[in-house]
Amino acid sequence: MKFFCFHLMPYAALDPDYDKKYNSAWVTLPNSYYDPKIGHALYNRYLDELEFADACGFDGVCVNEHHQNAYGLMPIPGVMAGALSRRTKNKIAVLGRALPLLNNPLVVAEEFAMLDNITGGRLVAGFVRGIGAEYHSWGANPAESHERFHEAHDLILQAWTKPGPSVFEGKYYHFEYVNCWPRPYQTPHPPIWVPSQGSRETIEWASHPDRKYTYLQTFSPVAVLARYMAMYRETALNYGYTATSEQVGWSVPTYCAETDEIAVREARPHIEFFLNKLLRMPQEMLLPPGYLSLASMQGVVAAKRALSTGNQTIEDVIEKGVFLCGSPATLREKLAKYQSEIGFGYLLPSMQFGTLPAELTHKSIEMFAKEVIPHFRASAAPARASA
Amino acid sequence: MAKETFETFSGCKIRLLRGGQGAPLLHLHGALGVSAWTPYMERLSQHFEVIVPDHPGFGASDTPDWLDNVGDLAYFYLDVMKATGLSGVHLSGASLGGWIAAEIAVRDCHALKSLTLTAPAGIHVKGLSKGDIFMWSPEQMTRNLTHDPKLAEAMLAVPVTEQQQMAAMKNRLATAKLAWQPRLYNPHLYKWLHRISVPTLLLWGDHDKIIPAGYGPAFRDLIPGARLEVFANCGHVPHIEYADEWVRKIADFTREVAT
Repeated sequence: MKFFCFHLMPYAALDPDYDKKYNSAWVTLPNSYYDPKIGHALYNRYLDELEFADACGFDGVCVNEHHQNAYGLMPIPGVMAGALSRRTKNKIAVLGRALPLLNNPLVVAEEFAMLDNITGGRLVAGFVRGIGAEYHSWGANPAESHERFHEAHDLILQAWTKPGPSVFEGKYYHFEYVNCWPRPYQTPHPPIWVPSQGSRETIEWASHPDRKYTYLQTFSPVAVLARYMAMYRETALNYGYTATSEQVGWSVPTYCAETDEIAVREARPHIEFFLNKLLRMPQEMLLPPGYLSLASMQGVVAAKRALSTGNQTIEDVIEKGVFLCGSPATLREKLAKYQSEIGFGYLLPSMQFGTLPAELTHKSIEMFAKEVIPHFRASAAPARASA
Repeated sequence: MAKETFETFSGCKIRLLRGGQGAPLLHLHGALGVSAWTPYMERLSQHFEVIVPDHPGFGASDTPDWLDNVGDLAYFYLDVMKATGLSGVHLSGASLGGWIAAEIAVRDCHALKSLTLTAPAGIHVKGLSKGDIFMWSPEQMTRNLTHDPKLAEAMLAVPVTEQQQMAAMKNRLATAKLAWQPRLYNPHLYKWLHRISVPTLLLWGDHDKIIPAGYGPAFRDLIPGARLEVFANCGHVPHIEYADEWVRKIADFTREVAT
């Protein structure tokens, strides 16, 4: 199994009482809550943490894109990837660019190609649709989200793989001169990962034999992870091939400390801040019309599932397997169990979350790298009977 | 009572409600759609042959592949009027339906006799913000629809069936497709409103929280000879809040323009 240290780069100094006046840390939370002096320190601290993870034995580091919120401060993730490119030695994954938000997706072809050249082929390219709230922030039409994602993807792939200049004729994008300078360093292009909160449509698309992209289940209970990983394998079999463990991964906040008790005690306020303050948003913000297909959306309503949940505790998320937290022995045991049952090839632990401070983040990264990762180095993902 | 039919035009099957006798009045519904033959339709049908379609993409109508913008719906309804041989039509539209009606009228007024726009979307006035209908919960939407909170309470007290909830999702998706960005308007429509060559009545609530009453004078000044009448103590839906008066105004106006 390979390990990539994920970072959301939250605005950890957010006034926790903001929610007495505002219903979300997204879209409408005034940016007067942001202090650039604190932001300067946080950005540099977070970059240090990723560089430290790279040096400690992680296979790579991950950054991502979110707009106009306190949850994650990387509206332009390529800036962070660029800052990381010179001092890291391993992979850098940008997970990912939110394609439907862009008027011209060629900018992503160029940005990723630049990063791939600077790093000599250490880039992993992620493509996403962004979070529902971002369609409000950016005025991007969520009803066009799926179509634009697919068309933007096709355009970027054409820019990377078809000798330029070439013509692209789509519904949303039409270019007479697709001619990406620089071309990507890796041939035919950087590996493509597709993070998702779980959708059959995304899996059918990512697992298609023309793509075979790595599907990443993000921030989901382990039971949901198992269901979607099985769905990926089954879909691949229906396409006529067997998916490898490298085609599936799991992104999950993780905290490692001396004992389970210390881990829970130290992580509690910080993960609960993440859950109850940074993730907070009403359903209309989270799921604008069209963001999910009509069938999925009607399913959500039919099931009357509470999407913006009430206050969550650390116990809730550990229990559900949404948060990995414990001693190295506990984490080894859980991961070995999950991996043998589910068979994912990539783990993307968010080693910093919410308000977790620098010292604890540092300690957790180091302990995880020394006492958990090596345990999974000896063998590749164990062979498992296909469903 | 109304008769419900399903008919296919331009490759799209739509639901139509029809009731009453007299000159044809085609009423185009707003973003929330029409679930049934409502009191204002019944009252209108005492003066007109009232025709109320579910727009393509809405309610019980199909969603055609060609549906991308309000202009598509304008051409669709021009096709519908041509296919059914309608002429001398009193065209009425509320909110999103008012926008569609205006887009029809700037393209071709031949089959029209008059135009009534009730709090129509379709244009933008700088500095005059519309309500963010996509950020509101269904409850907030209902509360922001009317001026009288008691009316909103009464609407909220009616239980919503699962079928209505599903239709609401569908209507919301179609509305987003047509009106998310630019929000509830066509940046080019204002340039061509002068082409409307039939008598036009604009009706607006003075406490409209979705499309503020300030849009009334803006529309009036862009449509030659248009008349604006404002309902006092009224929100976005005068046809629901003041159904009798709303119907009377349309009946009087159409009688006046017929002579």
